[in-house]
Amino acid sequence: MTTLKPQPTYEMTGQEKRFIGLHLVVAIFALAVGSLFGPLQAFEWSGLDLYQYLEPIGLDDYYKGLTAHGVLNALVWTTFFITGFLTLTTIVGLRRPLRYPKLNQVGFWMMVVGLVMAAVPILAGWASVLYTFYPPLEASWAFYLGLTLVVVGSWIEGYGFFFTYIAWRKENQDVRTPFIAFGGLITMAMWQIATLGIAVEILTMLLPYSLGLTSGTDPELGRTFFWFTGHPLVYFWLLPAYISWYGMLPKQAGGKLFSDSLARLAFWLFLLLSIPVGFHHQFVDPGIPSGWKAIHAALTYGVAFPSMLTLFTVVASLEYAASRRGGKGLFGWIRALPWNDPSVSAQLLAGILFMFGGIGGITNASYDVNLVVHNTAWIPGHFHLTVATAVTLSFMGISYWLVPHLTGKPLWKPKWALVQTWLWFVGMVIFSNAMHVLGLLGAPRRTELGTAPYVPDEWNGHLLRVSIGGAILLVSVIMYVVTMVRTAAQKERVAVGEEVQIPIAESLRDPQLTPLWLDTWRPWIIGTVLLIVLAYGPQLYDQITNASFSSPGFGP
Amino acid sequence: MSDQQVLGEEQPSFHADDYEKKWIGVSIVLLVAFAVTVAVAGFALGFQVPGDESRVDPRTVADSGPFSQPGLRDLGGGEYDAYILSQQYLFTPREIRVPAGSTVNFYITSIDVQHGFKLQDTNINMQIVPGQVSKLTATFDDPGEYPYICHEYCGIAHAAMFGSLIVEAGGGS
Repeated sequence: MTTLKPQPTYEMTGQEKRFIGLHLVVAIFALAVGSLFGPLQAFEWSGLDLYQYLEPIGLDDYYKGLTAHGVLNALVWTTFFITGFLTLTTIVGLRRPLRYPKLNQVGFWMMVVGLVMAAVPILAGWASVLYTFYPPLEASWAFYLGLTLVVVGSWIEGYGFFFTYIAWRKENQDVRTPFIAFGGLITMAMWQIATLGIAVEILTMLLPYSLGLTSGTDPELGRTFFWFTGHPLVYFWLLPAYISWYGMLPKQAGGKLFSDSLARLAFWLFLLLSIPVGFHHQFVDPGIPSGWKAIHAALTYGVAFPSMLTLFTVVASLEYAASRRGGKGLFGWIRALPWNDPSVSAQLLAGILFMFGGIGGITNASYDVNLVVHNTAWIPGHFHLTVATAVTLSFMGISYWLVPHLTGKPLWKPKWALVQTWLWFVGMVIFSNAMHVLGLLGAPRRTELGTAPYVPDEWNGHLLRVSIGGAILLVSVIMYVVTMVRTAAQKERVAVGEEVQIPIAESLRDPQLTPLWLDTWRPWIIGTVLLIVLAYGPQLYDQITNASFSSPGFGP
Repeated sequence: MSDQQVLGEEQPSFHADDYEKKWIGVSIVLLVAFAVTVAVAGFALGFQVPGDESRVDPRTVADSGPFSQPGLRDLGGGEYDAYILSQQYLFTPREIRVPAGSTVNFYITSIDVQHGFKLQDTNINMQIVPGQVSKLTATFDDPGEYPYICHEYCGIAHAAMFGSLIVEAGGGS
């Protein structure tokens, strides 16, 4: 067998760094704009309606702002950051350039064109349909086409990763795929399968009726297609953060990946189980038999399992790192971690809040318990712990080493960055806790509550906490964006030999000792497709054969 | 656990630390326990979610059949059917009154976009989808006012969309 030889890290060319950097520019720009809308909503809930003052610049509408916030933060910031980051994990992990760099450039620019095409109708008020765009609430065709181009562009970038992997595999027959590349490839494979749902929904229903080619949609069928993509979407966001937690954070903390086998198993289980769980977003829907909902509930518990594996492996890797730094005790070791590194602190804080996000997620998945929280403020409370903290705060942490690495410039005011990560944590604890409580009290999500006639007095204190949390988060995101812009714009460069390196963690055990079945695609892909057919096939067949495109579109 | 890389003649194998194996066991037991609890609550104790009720044509549903006259139907024996029509931005009827101790079957559909129906302080929580009828049943023992609010975004005045179920004390109707 081949033993692990110490290999030189891959030095990216200037062109590759610029290409990844372009992804980050779009991502951070989207986050900056989208995040300005979030606090406007939070303030509105406690009676401070700032939209009335923003009318002169065309931002007069709560739901326009909510659509922009959801699309820019949850879809654009994530997708651009992820495609950029996975470009890095692919080429640096495999230690070779992209097989067809032009292909990836085509994918990237297609995403940019799609973003512009979707952003125009959103800001013009022709697409205030929120980021779930449930039919028959109808948006401009340009919104749907723009989103399609973003998704197809991400597919093309994914094809570029797969061609690169195939080329690498030809030259490296008996070698385990380096972990960070392996994780990125699985993320992209899952994404390609999962987005078929949304692609079918847009191409067969939403684009034709928004162009006036058909007279209506089947809204329930549309929901089933949407959530086929909608749940794995959250794993598309989360898995790149996991790549960092497993494959990079241990190195930053001074340790190693605790278990290569378990890390790989977790990623394969995410491929297998991320998709056939969508009905748990449709527990309160009509038109879907409760038996199928129960099956998806059970499978959703299944997809919690690899996250529990992750919890163990990541904590064990960190404890190992801390023990090498002299940390002792059952919990005392936590203090020995390098908390003063903003990249580390961001990811540790993200991980801590993700535990609560995971517990809430189990609640959401729990079939009938879900009746208490479905469509309430609990849900955005939950996903602000997951996508807006576990993912977003981790991506912020990653960018604290990535942007200095790409630009060759030192991080602007690391202390400032450290404060930023803590403000995000504190703001989110206040915001998210208040949202969860409001949900339990029955407050609906995505509702302009400041104008709602039915708000009881007992909600008021929590609505105020939502606003306070939102204000802290606004300060934090501004600090983040300023730090990134000042880092990239400054003249100062790091000295030769002091460049910020890409942190890649070794594993405690030689990855060559990880069994081959954990580095073999075919059985896992077959299993994934099979499970989707079993979990979705009969109900989807029933909904398609009984489809009635009788629901005409209505404006918001 | 050891700090050393394992090299030499060792063959590839699935490797898990002892604590790791225990954690895997705990994880599986926990998740199975959750699943069993929820299944017992749902299928043995009757805490059910909406299922596949019936389909309608949203363009004509308000013209004939039960949804042409939304409101309460007394089935006798303290049981009622409540037919509720949703549209931007109101429920019809706006108010429903039943005596304490009543069991109410809610049948709800929409003639335009998707809506939501959440009856506060109960387990009645439904997505309202044009073309579909949503149904859930609840029994009301405690007198009082239970607001029902639209909890799915349905357009610009979504926040104004609500109604009230009033459960009256003393068995009067």
